[in-house]
Amino acid sequence: MKYFQLIWTALFRKKLRTLFTLLSLSAAFLLIGLLQAVTSLFAGSVDFLGADRLIVQARTSFTQSLPMRMLPQIEMLPGISRVNHSQFFGGQFQDSRQPFPQFVVNPQRLFDTYPEWVIDKDQRANFISTQDGAIVGRLLAERFGWKVGDIVPLNSFIWLKADGSRVWEWRVVGIFDGKNQEWKDRTQLMYLNYGQFEEARPLRAKGLAGVFVVRLKHPEDSQRVSDMIDAKFENSVDETKTQNEQEFQLGFIKQFGDIGFMMNLISAAVIFTILILTGYTMSQAVRERIPELAVLKCLGFTDNLVLWLVLAEALLLCAIGAGIGMGLSTMLTTALPAEFPPLRTDGRVWLFAATTVVGLALAVGLPPALRAKRLKIVDALAGR
Amino acid sequence: MSTLTQVGEIVLMNLRSIPQRAGASTVIVVGIAGVVAVLVAMLSMSAGLERTLSATGSMDRAVVLRGGSNGELSSFLDRASSTLIEQDPSIARNGDGLPIASRELIVITEVPRKGQQNGTNVTLRGVEPMGFTLRSELRVIQGRRPRPGIRELIVGHSAQKQFDGLDIGARLQFRGSDWYIVGVFSTNGDAHESELWADAEAVQSAFQRTGYSSVLAQLTSRDAFDAMRARLSADPTLTVDVEREQDYFSKQSRTLTSLITWLAGIITVIMGFGALFGALNTMYSAVSSRTAEIGTLRALGFGALPVVASVMAEALILAGAGGLLGAVLAYALFNGYSVSTLGSNFTQVAFDFAVTPALVLLGLASALFIGFLGGLLPALRAARLPVTEALRGA
Repeated sequence: MKYFQLIWTALFRKKLRTLFTLLSLSAAFLLIGLLQAVTSLFAGSVDFLGADRLIVQARTSFTQSLPMRMLPQIEMLPGISRVNHSQFFGGQFQDSRQPFPQFVVNPQRLFDTYPEWVIDKDQRANFISTQDGAIVGRLLAERFGWKVGDIVPLNSFIWLKADGSRVWEWRVVGIFDGKNQEWKDRTQLMYLNYGQFEEARPLRAKGLAGVFVVRLKHPEDSQRVSDMIDAKFENSVDETKTQNEQEFQLGFIKQFGDIGFMMNLISAAVIFTILILTGYTMSQAVRERIPELAVLKCLGFTDNLVLWLVLAEALLLCAIGAGIGMGLSTMLTTALPAEFPPLRTDGRVWLFAATTVVGLALAVGLPPALRAKRLKIVDALAGR
Repeated sequence: MSTLTQVGEIVLMNLRSIPQRAGASTVIVVGIAGVVAVLVAMLSMSAGLERTLSATGSMDRAVVLRGGSNGELSSFLDRASSTLIEQDPSIARNGDGLPIASRELIVITEVPRKGQQNGTNVTLRGVEPMGFTLRSELRVIQGRRPRPGIRELIVGHSAQKQFDGLDIGARLQFRGSDWYIVGVFSTNGDAHESELWADAEAVQSAFQRTGYSSVLAQLTSRDAFDAMRARLSADPTLTVDVEREQDYFSKQSRTLTSLITWLAGIITVIMGFGALFGALNTMYSAVSSRTAEIGTLRALGFGALPVVASVMAEALILAGAGGLLGAVLAYALFNGYSVSTLGSNFTQVAFDFAVTPALVLLGLASALFIGFLGGLLPALRAARLPVTEALRGA
């Protein structure tokens, strides 16, 4: 630590050059922070989802609804505590540019399968007893300014009423929240009561349930129970595919293609570019200081100490640049309005950046550091 | 010497000395190549998607969907209305006097991507036999068409490349029924090539559907469209949307391509800033290493303008080289690279990255823009160097 002043002064020997290099580094790490936050969103956001829940979908595709009669057939299997059905409603509120998901469910069963949602006791009872009732996630309610008692008309692009109209009116009877921060962040959805949905549908659509959400008695039973469910419906018209909730969500995300791969490819291009930029700055900085380094050695600094000084300078440069860039990225992602996906420059992203800083500092610092270490005092002082 | 000759001489001299500053020059070239490669690669993705979707369909065919549905997936036409639609006088008829129209039903199935376990959504389109003759661009490139009423599939060429297990003779299972693949078709690389096709009635029976999703019809002439739309919309027994086939498909690509363009824009601007500071560094150091030379030139009577020009020329040429390198890299790595993503019907649409000449030009233009900004300040500093000080700078 006693050499910090020395390193610091050396770093800012040429102020303009160091400033430009720092700005380059900051831009690069801002980009890396944002790109990796996107990757985190796609890869890590489902990590916390319960392993004690299974999703049963039609084997052909989750867009094919399974019939309601399967619910008791699934629920009677051993190891299962509760089953709910869930149908994607596909409604649009006002303009279609602010989409949010809505699911048609059995209200009673919803709270049994998702104990993570927190809701007032009366509101919960109202949702169960109101045929056209809906409950709204807190974040979603804040975004549209909805309160209990509001009527929300949703225009479904999937479901028609028997009279041919697509506009369904839902009465907001409650606002729910998550039990912890991760679940609070996810309150951007809406649950609708199956009662009105089933009653108003045309005859040909009645009796369809969507997918089934199965809550297990013991999470470790997950594989056994899913195999059992799929085996039960094998070779029937309604073959099933059962996955735990996390796999289901991941599969859903993977539909968009390999986004993580694209993000990592761009990150790699950015890192390579910044490597060349910073590498040049470092080698330039050392070349200019050769006589000074020789003087240090004259004063008794060992070869290894000089090597460490140069390496520390490279590390300091990269760390300051990365700190600024990552700081910006964190600020940007925190300031993102609620209608954007919940991007977070989280711990994983910071770890990625830290590893990159160390790797980068070694790559750009080691060649000039070795050169500094090998300097012969006489030659260096003579300018040879 | 006139200023112009001076400029010519000094620029040439400076350019010849670039190899002596190879290290510094690499920085600007690589920095800008990185920016351009990422920009061109990302935009070639949206260009490829747009090319695939806007190539789908023809102006002299019409698609009829249920009124208000935003795509085939959410559209439903029952048997009676689809038959009624086919009788519209704007629809061409064949030698037997039958309307040249195909009632089609789409359902979503899951097929894994190559090398993956989990299924992704793929469109299964049930078409009537007329659907094959109706689309003049369709060629069966391997095997044969599925026979009516039988559970046989013909797969699109892109689908076969993207997804696992779609070879002729392979068996797929949907809803407890077995389907055999009997052929591969090509439709000139449009969106239909990402689909699986089967006979409409076979799909109806296997998926227990009674109606159709859409009716695709050949118009008697391109101009017959407006009359058909007016007639069908006015018919009190129908609630339908009528669109030209090509318009329908190009509309479907808009959201996704604008999203990619936005992303590419943000990433390029941030990366561009990084490269700009790199360029500034390079050019400042180029100027400082040439201090004595510039001083000498000025002492010999060269004006400030030629000096500015020489620095700018160096910056622009290096940036141009970087831009070219980046565009070539993007072309070599990505042009024709096949991917698939979630398209409009909530199913996969496969497309190839397309590095078009327009994108290469855009990349070069951004490279030169960064080079211009990066050269300007150092060039002005070079011009303002006091001669006496500069001469001592060596």
